[in-house]
Amino acid sequence: MEEEVPFLRLSGLSKRFGGVRALEDIDWDVRPGEVHCLVGENGCGKSTLIKTVAGVHPPSAGTIEIEGKDVLPLDPAKAKALGIQVIFQDLSLFPNLSVAENIAVESHLDGALKPVRTGQMKAIARRVLARLDLTLDLSALVSDLSVAERQIVAIARGLAAQARLIFMDEPTASLTRAEVDRLLAIVARLKADGIAVVFVSHRLDEVVEIAERVTVMRDGRKVGTWPVHEVDQRRIAHLMTGLDIDHAVVARDMSAAPPLLEVRNLSRRGEFADVSFTLRKGEVLGLVGLLGAGRTELALTLFGMSRAEGGEILLDGKPLVLRSNREAVRAGIAYVSEDRLSLGVVLPQSIEDNVNLAVMKGLANRFGLIPPRRRRQLAGEWVKRLAIKIPGLDRPVQTLSGGNQQRVVLAKWLAAAPKLLILDSPTVGVDIKNKQGIYEVVAELAARGVGVLLISDEVSEVFATCDRVLHMRAGRLVGETVPGRISEHEMEERIYA
Amino acid sequence: MPDALSVAGAVPHASDGRAGLTRLRRRPEFWLLLVILIVGALFSALAPGFLSLPNVIDLLETYSVQAVMAMGLFVVLVAGGIDISFAATASVSQYCAALLASQMGLPAPLVILAGLLIGTALGCLNAALIFYLRITSIIATIAMMSVSFSLLMYFSGGRSIYTLPDWWTTRITFFQTETASGDLARITLPIVLMIVVALVTWAMMTRLSVGRQLYAMGGNAEAARRIGVPIARLHFVAYGYLGFTAALAGMLQAHRVGESVPNAFANTELAVLSAAVLGGASLTGGIGTVPGVLLGIVLLAMLQNGLNLLGVSSYFFQIVIGLTILVSTSVTVISSRRGRRLRGIGEASTHG
Amino acid sequence: MAEQRDATTSLAEAQSSLSGLMTRLRGGMPGGQAGLIGLLVVLVVVFSLFIPGFASVGTLQSFMFQLPLLGLLSLAMVVPLITGGLNLAIIATTNQCALLMVWIMNSLLVPDAGVGATLGVIALAMLAGLALCLVIGLVTGALVAYTGVHPILVTLGTKSLIDGISIYLTRGRALSGVPEILSSTLNGSVFGVPVIFLILIFAAVFVGVVLKRTAFGIACAMIGSNLEATRYSAIDVKRVLVGVYTMSSLTCFVAALVMVATFNSASADYAQSYLLVTILAAVLGGVDPFGGFGTITGLMVALSVLQVISSGFNQFGLSNYLTLAIWGATLIVVVAAQTLKPYLGDIFSLRRRDQQEKSA
Repeated sequence: MEEEVPFLRLSGLSKRFGGVRALEDIDWDVRPGEVHCLVGENGCGKSTLIKTVAGVHPPSAGTIEIEGKDVLPLDPAKAKALGIQVIFQDLSLFPNLSVAENIAVESHLDGALKPVRTGQMKAIARRVLARLDLTLDLSALVSDLSVAERQIVAIARGLAAQARLIFMDEPTASLTRAEVDRLLAIVARLKADGIAVVFVSHRLDEVVEIAERVTVMRDGRKVGTWPVHEVDQRRIAHLMTGLDIDHAVVARDMSAAPPLLEVRNLSRRGEFADVSFTLRKGEVLGLVGLLGAGRTELALTLFGMSRAEGGEILLDGKPLVLRSNREAVRAGIAYVSEDRLSLGVVLPQSIEDNVNLAVMKGLANRFGLIPPRRRRQLAGEWVKRLAIKIPGLDRPVQTLSGGNQQRVVLAKWLAAAPKLLILDSPTVGVDIKNKQGIYEVVAELAARGVGVLLISDEVSEVFATCDRVLHMRAGRLVGETVPGRISEHEMEERIYA
Repeated sequence: MPDALSVAGAVPHASDGRAGLTRLRRRPEFWLLLVILIVGALFSALAPGFLSLPNVIDLLETYSVQAVMAMGLFVVLVAGGIDISFAATASVSQYCAALLASQMGLPAPLVILAGLLIGTALGCLNAALIFYLRITSIIATIAMMSVSFSLLMYFSGGRSIYTLPDWWTTRITFFQTETASGDLARITLPIVLMIVVALVTWAMMTRLSVGRQLYAMGGNAEAARRIGVPIARLHFVAYGYLGFTAALAGMLQAHRVGESVPNAFANTELAVLSAAVLGGASLTGGIGTVPGVLLGIVLLAMLQNGLNLLGVSSYFFQIVIGLTILVSTSVTVISSRRGRRLRGIGEASTHG
Repeated sequence: MAEQRDATTSLAEAQSSLSGLMTRLRGGMPGGQAGLIGLLVVLVVVFSLFIPGFASVGTLQSFMFQLPLLGLLSLAMVVPLITGGLNLAIIATTNQCALLMVWIMNSLLVPDAGVGATLGVIALAMLAGLALCLVIGLVTGALVAYTGVHPILVTLGTKSLIDGISIYLTRGRALSGVPEILSSTLNGSVFGVPVIFLILIFAAVFVGVVLKRTAFGIACAMIGSNLEATRYSAIDVKRVLVGVYTMSSLTCFVAALVMVATFNSASADYAQSYLLVTILAAVLGGVDPFGGFGTITGLMVALSVLQVISSGFNQFGLSNYLTLAIWGATLIVVVAAQTLKPYLGDIFSLRRRDQQEKSA
């Protein structure tokens, strides 16, 4: 194994954008048929690395060798011809075209007056899927497929294009556990075929199970490469950030506090069933589970976006029937969506309007007009209280970093003075330093008596912030723990069991 | 392991027959055909003569000009754009060709070539504005419509050209037959041209790589760019082709009426757009078929013709068009939304 | 890749040829209309220099008489545009409202009616017109908000429907005859300023204040940028959309009044050519055709530019058609300049370098 010529070898690779160093002196290799994890925080240079290898960006210095041969200069077409395929997180599929056409896309989307041979396309698609031991309806439209099936199409497309090395950008981000298992089985087949797979991620997730090595990047540099069994999530977090984040357990016993939210036998067909729990004033309650376990669906029902079909919700001991999220907000419930970019903030609009959005009506005077000064004051106040770093209140939210955008979302809801704050994966795409800041905000809110329901995929996050943790599986609550009473590892075992 | 794997494909496979039917039922063409059959049956029962050969042929000929334009517009819609200026393009090409023919006495091939070139050039100008100057297609083409139509009206002074040469206005009949009632039914040039353009468009969009590239670009422009689809060229193909078909339709219209009237195509753009949308072409791009668009045209033609035969005022026709558009688009969107809601959660999380 | 490079090269070329104009337009977008105001000033100065009698009270008066109809129709278009929609039915609505009002006034007014009766009939006609526009607006808004069909299609349908009803009922004929008292009031002037111009100013200020200073207006812009995120922020998106199309339709009522006054008659096919011009004016005034951004001030400046071009060319003896062509060309140039503006700053630094790196 060690004598083998690596499939891909980078030596001294650097990339500068103007004065900014995106990649600095990277030495890295990927062996044929290897499964490799490339991890690092957002902005650490991993995307630039992929794009450089894929021929999108020419490197400023260094060499790229494939099977021992220097392949620079590289362009996207050449990289593809050499067998390098990138599966972006959005999968880059054509929803309006059939499965066969998507898989065989490279063979018929060149030239202009080349005849389209449907039979040939289907044959290619069938052959590739057979290699993966999968069947898909070849004439189905991609828009009709599930996310997992689309991912299969994307992988098959790479194979059809004679891939030897496949980069997968955050492949498990939107898959359920069963789907992840299926993906891992597919990757195992690719590996057996001698195709190398590089998983690119901002954390060490399920894919480590079948990976051989993991490479950590930070600030455009490679921190190092280790055999996967030598590192764990905590070590990786440290290597990715260079910070020693202290995940001290903060769980308090809140059982004496008056109940804020009581959920009794809440059900909604196909989403969750028979959910009962109590959230006390000032308590931070974690809700963990796999994707598709029904956590977000439960949150949306508590926020009035969908109607419960059975059971009841009590807030401050009074039954609550929510017909819309406006009624939820009026009752004192706020919800920070997991999808910050499309549901959390209105990216092109000003920070000021985004912060004020949920309380805009209340700012109006008796003529229905909102004095500009009042808007500015309110937004300014929240920006200061949450220490949001902004270039100016009238600047669009899209000019902010992920962490600061999330603080804008928090500010919007805090301005509505909620009694209950539901946070759905609030630190996705937020770097570790800003994560800590968001945890501090949560702790401060709890100290002021706000009840917080924190949905999260990261056990370490829940353990570092919550007083109690609920575990949801397949739409039902299956367990309750107090952080510290069991270890993070045990909790993870339970979730992924 | 293979057992676990096949789950992904098992669902659509197990119910192949039902899946095929569901897929058929989700196609707008299917519903359109159904509506056309019902409307056809209704009219033929109410208005004798509706289904007679001469009437059907007449109906086809009347709508041939719009059908030819609709083919070009369809290509632009599939590519993810929109064009409001094609009616103006048709007028300009028609009028210029008519000038060349009547004033300068150029021979037929030159006149036709010049007309088609003018149309194609105007289409390419749209493509340039949209692709290179990044002007939204609807805005660019509205502006181009004002510019080209107004310049035409200015330079022509609104005067019609009645002195078209004979080769242009002579009716060309490919086939004719006498019906039992003694009426003549003729398959004329407009009908043949309409069929040819429809076939060419269909072949280009489904049988040639350029057509699939247009579908790909309309479906996901960013992905198309990533895999190296020539986006710039496709813009010119789509808008150029629409310009070409518009010019063809323009000259065809002059052939039918025997004169060139500068504002003959006023308000045609929205009518053709309605027909294309009715036929299932999506305004967001990537979706639509040639048969669908043709069916859209046929439905509108049938409604107008049938109401006419029934003695309903032609003024009533526009009300019917309006209602048809409102009902058909609402039904399509609402029914597709019901399907989507079931997978809504999975969809939403892909944004992550 | 090749295409991209082509695009950038030609961007660079187009940009250098436009740089003169760009310097003047700098600072025009968004937020201010400095560039457009500059263009307006330049036009006025050039026309005054080259057209004898352009700089006169007469010109200003005809300007103020001609602007209101297009202005009000543009206002009706701008509100849906800001929410990312479109209302293609504005002209149809205006015409139908005008027809209804003229018809009521014609059929109920006897020749020798007293002032009181006449005023009563006028009031009744206006009330009926207002009610009609209200209904049209509510229905259109409900269709857009609750079916989720693209507003282009919904309003294409309502336009066809409304036009159809008008044409069907009138058989395509114009209805004329407006009570003297109404037409003389609307065509009159206050201190030399035409009443209809005052109506436009009032409507523009009203719409402007609603858009900038109310929760409704801010919600419009938010919806235009991201409807779902706005909905998640506990804004009643559907109600706002119904409100938007109702407001658009009610603006058409005001436009119908102005139309009745200017033409002294009503018909199903008046002002049809203005439909697309209103979109041109809005985009020229800096309204984002994809929604989210746009100001009434910008729109008014754009309208003034268009009207000055029109007046100037008219006095120069050029046809109305040529004016329309120039309007279209103006839009292309200004929008192209706006598109190129963001590239201007970094086209020589970032973009160039990026290209060099890509081609290296």
